Amino acid sequence: MRFIPVSCDEQVEMLERVGVESVEELFDGIPEGARFARRLGIADGLTEIELSAHLESLAARNSHGGSVVSFLGAGIYDHYVPAIVDAVVSKPAFFTAYTPYQPEVSQGTLQAVYEYQSMICQLTGMEVSNASMYDGATAFAEAALMAARVTKRDRVVVSGAVHPEWREVLATYVESGTIDIVEVPVVAGVTDTAGVAGAMDSRTAALLVTSPTLYGTLEDLTALGAIAHDAGALFVVGTNPMLLGVMEPPASYGADIVVGEGQPFGNAVSFGGPGLGIFACHKAHIRQMPGRVAGRTTDVDGRPGFVLTFSTREQHIRRQRATSNICSNHALNALAAGVYLAAVGTEGLAGIGEACIAKAHYLEAALVGSGRFERAFDAPFASEFTLCFAGDVAVMQKRLLDRGFLAGLDLSRFGDTDAGRVLFAVTERHTREVLDSFIEEVSAL
Amino acid sequence: MYPKDLKYDREHEWVRLDGDIATIGISDFAQDQLGEVVYVDLPSVGDIVIVGESFGEVESVKSVSELFAPVGGEVVEVNNELDDTPEAVNDDSYGDGWMVKVKVDDVSDVDALMDSVDYEAFLAEEA
Repeated sequence: MRFIPVSCDEQVEMLERVGVESVEELFDGIPEGARFARRLGIADGLTEIELSAHLESLAARNSHGGSVVSFLGAGIYDHYVPAIVDAVVSKPAFFTAYTPYQPEVSQGTLQAVYEYQSMICQLTGMEVSNASMYDGATAFAEAALMAARVTKRDRVVVSGAVHPEWREVLATYVESGTIDIVEVPVVAGVTDTAGVAGAMDSRTAALLVTSPTLYGTLEDLTALGAIAHDAGALFVVGTNPMLLGVMEPPASYGADIVVGEGQPFGNAVSFGGPGLGIFACHKAHIRQMPGRVAGRTTDVDGRPGFVLTFSTREQHIRRQRATSNICSNHALNALAAGVYLAAVGTEGLAGIGEACIAKAHYLEAALVGSGRFERAFDAPFASEFTLCFAGDVAVMQKRLLDRGFLAGLDLSRFGDTDAGRVLFAVTERHTREVLDSFIEEVSAL
Repeated sequence: MYPKDLKYDREHEWVRLDGDIATIGISDFAQDQLGEVVYVDLPSVGDIVIVGESFGEVESVKSVSELFAPVGGEVVEVNNELDDTPEAVNDDSYGDGWMVKVKVDDVSDVDALMDSVDYEAFLAEEA
């Protein structure tokens, strides 16, 4: 495809034709707050060499997982990405192909999707997975809509311990008033089960929780699932998929829909995206499931092949009554996740999960032991935990950043009113040496 | 093809009235147009259906179509057998392929529908 730049004359002509004064006016429909008000800080008339040098100098001002030790998490995690992931994902047949509109021609893509789905089903314990959604947050919001379709109800109960950005995406999805959202408060770092029981009613389509929570704590999913089902609602569980190699699959706690951010599987942290939304459910609800599904079948000669199946749920057939207006996905990210899972295997994934959990518990005990931090909650946790810092969090983080450590996430970012709460995420990339040097720096504060 | 004891609407549903209970399905023409039916989404017992409004969906291998209520009233029975044997809609559209039974609010709704002769004429006109 050739890129055809627009000349100034052509631009003027086009603006006149559509009846606007400037290109900026075309963006009037987008709220001020969401727009970039300044011009980009790039001088006019730079040569390509100059521009490239300028951009590189800007990029060099960012820290990244290779230049600092990061304990940031809250949904996006700094796991090691095996070299094979990029090697496979970069194959032109995968890399250049957009969503297959004549899907059966793209057997390789469909097989990759099918294998991804199969592994997600194995991990979550659910019967059906779609080809993935955009990210964990959209999968979470789509689960609420799906529950409303399945139950024919119009209200959902959401735990306040769910990542605030996920809750925000859900609120945006239902902004027009199609579904009422009720939020249940957090008590001691986990969802208030008594509050949930009180909030459920005969209009409630689903109870939505995540475990781990925003705070890294693990929910009592058995109890929460029972409350949801007693009210005739679906139980939607958001998960950190990296832990599913060692932890019980959400299905065993009665989850009806399992969602999650799939970034930990072979995808870069990359400022928080793009990721992929894991979405799995029971077969009984497949017709209400959003997104595409690849299936395995046989051709007229009995040879195995792959197809897009249950397409009648999708926009190209069902139009405005489609189960979702998402008819695409982050396919390349899902492919990376599939390649990652195939590369590390069942035992590898369990090993990584165990390492993350063990290292997190080691670090947590040491940080509490240093006397600089206190435990925020008594609830169990896996690879991520919240501590309270007695002093000024920003000052502490600045000092540790100067020493090469991103010292966790300051939860005041999300309006957490209990000042001093910091969320730490630990992955297999944190060696014992790295953890010990961090603990030493903290003790020296 | 079009039994004389049934009434038909322009959306190709048929109605068999017995007292104030109307059994509803789709006509032979409709099932033939749809092709192999793979799923039928029906309301629940107790749901209210309104004349001319959608009360469910029938899905074939190639398309999905809404079902429109030829009469209004309360759903009193649903053909759950179709969950396992949706092909009954193709094989026996006036028998095992029935979809819902509705307790009709106003029996005169049925008078407004076509009889088999009118329906066949309507089909010929449409073709």
